[in-house]
Amino acid sequence: MSLAAEISAPALEFEQLDVAFRVRGKDRQVLRGVNLTVARGESYGLVGESGCGKSTAALAAVRYLARNGRVRSGAIRIAGKDVLALNGSELRRLRANDVAMVYQNPGAALNPSLKVGAQVMESFVARGVARREAGNRALEALQRVQIADPASVLGRYPHQLSGGMQQRAIIAMALAKNPSLLILDEPTTGLDATVEAEVLDLVSQLQAELQTSVLFISHNLGVIAKMCNRVGVLYAGRLVEEGPVRTVLNDPRHPYTVGLLRCIPRGGARKDHGRLDTIPGFLPQLGAEMPGCVYADRCPLADERCVAEEPPFAEIAPGHATRCWYHELAPDLPRVLAEDITLPQVSREGVPVVRFDDISKIFKQRGHEVRALEGISSSIWPGETLGVVGESGSGKTTLARTLLGIVDPTSGVIELDGRELAPHFTKRSPDELAALQIVFQNPDSALNRRHSVQRILLRSLKKLAGVKGAEAERRALELAERVRLSERTLTQKPVQLSGGLKQRVAIARAFVGNPSLVVCDEPTSALDVSVQAAILNLLVELQAERGVAFLFISHDLGVVRYISDRIAVLYLGRLMELGTAEVVFAGPHHPYTEALLSAVPTIDGAVRERIKLEGEIPSAADPPSGCVFNTRCPRKVGAICEQEEPPFVEVEPGHWMRCHIPIEELRRLQSAGAPPSREDVVPIP
Amino acid sequence: MSVVDPDLIGPGAGGAPPTLVAPASEARTARNERLRLLLRTPTVLVGAFVLLFWVTFAILGDRITPYDPIFDQSQDVLVGPSSEHWFGTDTLGRDVFSRVLAGSRDILLVAPAATLLGTVLGTAIGLVIGYFRRRVDDVVSRVIDAILVLPVILTGVVVITALGSRSPLIVTILIGIVFAPLVARTVRAAVLAESELDYVQAARLRGERAPYVMFKEILPNVMPPIVVEFTVRLGYAIFAVAGLTFIGLGIQPPSPDWAVQVFEYYSFVDPYWWATVFPALAIASLVIAVNLVADGVREVYER
Repeated sequence: MSLAAEISAPALEFEQLDVAFRVRGKDRQVLRGVNLTVARGESYGLVGESGCGKSTAALAAVRYLARNGRVRSGAIRIAGKDVLALNGSELRRLRANDVAMVYQNPGAALNPSLKVGAQVMESFVARGVARREAGNRALEALQRVQIADPASVLGRYPHQLSGGMQQRAIIAMALAKNPSLLILDEPTTGLDATVEAEVLDLVSQLQAELQTSVLFISHNLGVIAKMCNRVGVLYAGRLVEEGPVRTVLNDPRHPYTVGLLRCIPRGGARKDHGRLDTIPGFLPQLGAEMPGCVYADRCPLADERCVAEEPPFAEIAPGHATRCWYHELAPDLPRVLAEDITLPQVSREGVPVVRFDDISKIFKQRGHEVRALEGISSSIWPGETLGVVGESGSGKTTLARTLLGIVDPTSGVIELDGRELAPHFTKRSPDELAALQIVFQNPDSALNRRHSVQRILLRSLKKLAGVKGAEAERRALELAERVRLSERTLTQKPVQLSGGLKQRVAIARAFVGNPSLVVCDEPTSALDVSVQAAILNLLVELQAERGVAFLFISHDLGVVRYISDRIAVLYLGRLMELGTAEVVFAGPHHPYTEALLSAVPTIDGAVRERIKLEGEIPSAADPPSGCVFNTRCPRKVGAICEQEEPPFVEVEPGHWMRCHIPIEELRRLQSAGAPPSREDVVPIP
Repeated sequence: MSVVDPDLIGPGAGGAPPTLVAPASEARTARNERLRLLLRTPTVLVGAFVLLFWVTFAILGDRITPYDPIFDQSQDVLVGPSSEHWFGTDTLGRDVFSRVLAGSRDILLVAPAATLLGTVLGTAIGLVIGYFRRRVDDVVSRVIDAILVLPVILTGVVVITALGSRSPLIVTILIGIVFAPLVARTVRAAVLAESELDYVQAARLRGERAPYVMFKEILPNVMPPIVVEFTVRLGYAIFAVAGLTFIGLGIQPPSPDWAVQVFEYYSFVDPYWWATVFPALAIASLVIAVNLVADGVREVYER
C-alpha cells in the first residue's frame, strides 16, 4: 500500500468480522459480521452490556485474543494495514508504535513490583529511545497527563498511587508512542465520578492535541455521550445501531438502544413517581445460532419475520443506521414496566429504626490515626431509604460496617428501634442480627459457590428466622418467588446463575428474617443497566411491601436519586450535607455536593459547567485543618475555612449542611453558575 | 470486563426476567470437567496405570505371585535372573520377582495413611490460623516455621531412637506430624484469601459460629489446593517411608517391602545386584507414578 493511501485510510476498520471462542470443544461465535470504521481523529464509542463482545472487539483489533479465540473471517485494518496478515515482528511493531490500549482496572495493568518510572520508561525504550533519554521522556509524559508531582511519582510503586493517578500513568504510557489509534476499554469504570470526570477531560484534551483516533468502549452511556462523535451499539456480537452520538442517544431507532436508554434512572426519576423500565429476557447464549434478528426474543416489537429473517443494517438518515425491520416504531416501543406500587409515606415522627449518635471511628495504622468517621449523627426511619454518597475514602463503607457491627466505633452509640446496640455483631442477639442485614456489591463473592441456592436460603432461615424442615422449605420457595426466582433456581449453584439472578438470591437471603434495615452496598454497580433497573424495582417493591429501611451506598447519583428519600453526603468521614433527595439535588448544595453533581456526564448532552475539584481527596490520617474540604473547595471564602471547622447545622427545615457560607449566599452563587477554577481565585487575606 | 476469559463466559449474562432461569445445559460441574482433563493427559495416564498396577498387587499380594514372597525358600541362594526366577533369588533363596510384586503392600498402607494424617491435621491447623489470624496465626505460624526446619529422616532417627520401638504405626504418625505444617501453610494462604469474600461475612452476620464458617463455608472452597497438596505430599511420603525403612527404622523384616530388601541386600550389590536393583527400581517407579499424577492434578486444579 502506498504511503498516501495509508495516510488517508481510516484509523481502524472491521470488515465483516467474525470472532469465535472455542469453549468445551465447540466454536462459540462472539462477534458476528461486525462492520465498523473509526475515521482519523474520530472518537468512536462502542456500547453494550457485558457479554455482548465489546472487549473482544478491542482485543481482536490488536490480535490479542485469548488462546482459544480466533478470527473466523473478515478483515481488520489499522491505518490501512491488514492486521491479520502481519507476521510476528510486524505485529509487535504495530503494537509498539501505532496502537495503544488502556484497560479498566489500572491497578492490574501496572506491574506491582516495578516503580512507575521504570514502567513508563519501558514504553519509550520499546520504541527505541535510549535509556538515558527515556527517563526525561517519562517525566514529560507524566507532566502531560497532569499527574500531581510527576517527579516523585516516577519513583513510586503503583500501590502508592490512587486509582486516578494509576490511570493517568497508564494513559501516559499509552500516549508515549503517539499512537494513531487509542483503544480505551472502560477506562473510568472503577473510578469515582470526580476522578472519572478529570480523566475524561484529560483524554479529550490530549485527543484534541494529538489528533489521535479513539475507540472508546463503555457500558456507561453518559460517558460515551461526553467523549464520542459516533457510537455503535453492540448486542450479542452484532452491531445493531450506529450513528452520530447525539442522534443515537436522543433518537434511538433500535428497540435495544431504546430499552437500554429507558432503563437508566435519570432526569430526576424517583421511586415514588414511577417504576423503571426493564429489558426482559437474557442475552442469547454464547454462540447460539440465530437466523433472524439477534434481539428478537427480547424485543416487544418482534414478530415471525424478525425470528426468521435478519433485518439489514439500513441507513435511515445520513450516517445513522439500524438493524431493525420496524425501526420507525422503535421510538414508541411499548414500555416494559413493573406494575405500579404505592410507597407508604415515610413518617419521621416516631422512633427511628436506626439512630447514629455521634459515631466516630479511628483506625490505628502503624502509629498513625486514621479518622475514618468523625461525629456522625443521623437517623433512618421505617420505610425510608438513606442514600450515602461520597468519593472512595469518604467513609461510606465504614459507616455501613459500623452499623452492622463488623467495625466497632471508637465512640458513639447506635440504636435500633430506640434500644442501644452492642458495638460488635457477635454480641448482638439473633433478632438484632436478623433486623440488620446487607446486600453486598459483588454477587459473585457474596454467595458461597459450593452451596445451592436452596441451601443458602435454608441456612439463613434457620439462623435468622428460626425455622427448619418443611416450614423452612416452604418459606425458601416463597422468598424465591418473591424475588422472582423460579423454583428451578433453588437447586442451582451460583455459577449457574447470571449476575442479576445471583443478586436476587443475595436479596432473598437478606430478607429471610424480616429485617428492619438492609444495607445496600453498591448493590447494582456490578450489574448491567437493564439488570440494575430490575433490581432497583425489586428493592422498591420490597420496601413498599414490608416497610423496610435501606442504607443505600452508591456512587451512581442517578441511582441514589431514584431510590433515596434522604441523602447523606460524606467527605473524609464527616457529614457535609444531609437532606431530602429533592433538596440535595435541587440545591442550594454544599460546595462538595455541587462538585459531585457536576462531575456526572449526562446522556442527553446537556452541557453543564463542570466544577473541577483540585487534586486528590486528602488522607484521613492527616485531614486539613478547619473545614476538611477547604483544600479542594471551589467556593472557599477565606481564612475562616482553614481555621475553623463549620458546624453541621440545619440551614432550612430538613436540610443540614456543614459550610461557612450562609445558605442564601450559596443559593445566589450557585444560580450564578460555576465558580472560577481554583487557580484564578485571589486569596482573601 | 477488560479481558475475555473464555472460562468465565457464563451462559446468560443478561437481565432478570420474572420467571426465566439462565440456561443450565452448559453448566457442567467443574469436577467432571477436571476429571475429563486429567484423563486426557498422557503422563497422568501412565502414572495412573503404574499406580494401579502396584495397588492391585498390594491387594492381591502373595495370592498371585509365582512363589510365596516370604516362605518359599529354596536351596538356590543368590542365583541370578533365570527363566525360573526372573529377578533371581535372595540370600534365603526366595524369589525376588515375587517379593518385588508383593513388596508394595506395606508402603502403600503407610505412605497414604501418613499423608492423609498430615493433610487432615494440616488442614485443621491451616483453617484455624487462616480464619482467626492475629495472635493465633502469629504463634502457630512461628511453631510451623520451626518444625519446617527439621528434616524428616533426621527427626525420625531421633524420635524413634528415643521411643526405643520401631513400627510402621510410629512412622505413619511421625511423617503425618512432620507434613502437617507444610499442608497447614498452603491451607492458611487459601483460607486467608477466601475469608476476604463477602459470603464469609454474610455467614458471620447471621450468627454462625467459627467452626461452621470454617468447615462448612470455607473448607469446600479450599479443597482444590488441599487435593493438590495431598498428591504432592504422597510422593514425598513414599520417599520418607522408604528412607526410614532403609536405615532400619521403618517397616521391618520379614516384610517383602522394597526398602527392606534394599536395606538387607545392598551390601551384596556387587556382584548380586538383582536382589537390590529390582526393589530399588520398584520404589522409583512408584514415586515417579505418584508424581506424574500429582503434576497432572496440580495442572488441572491450578489452571
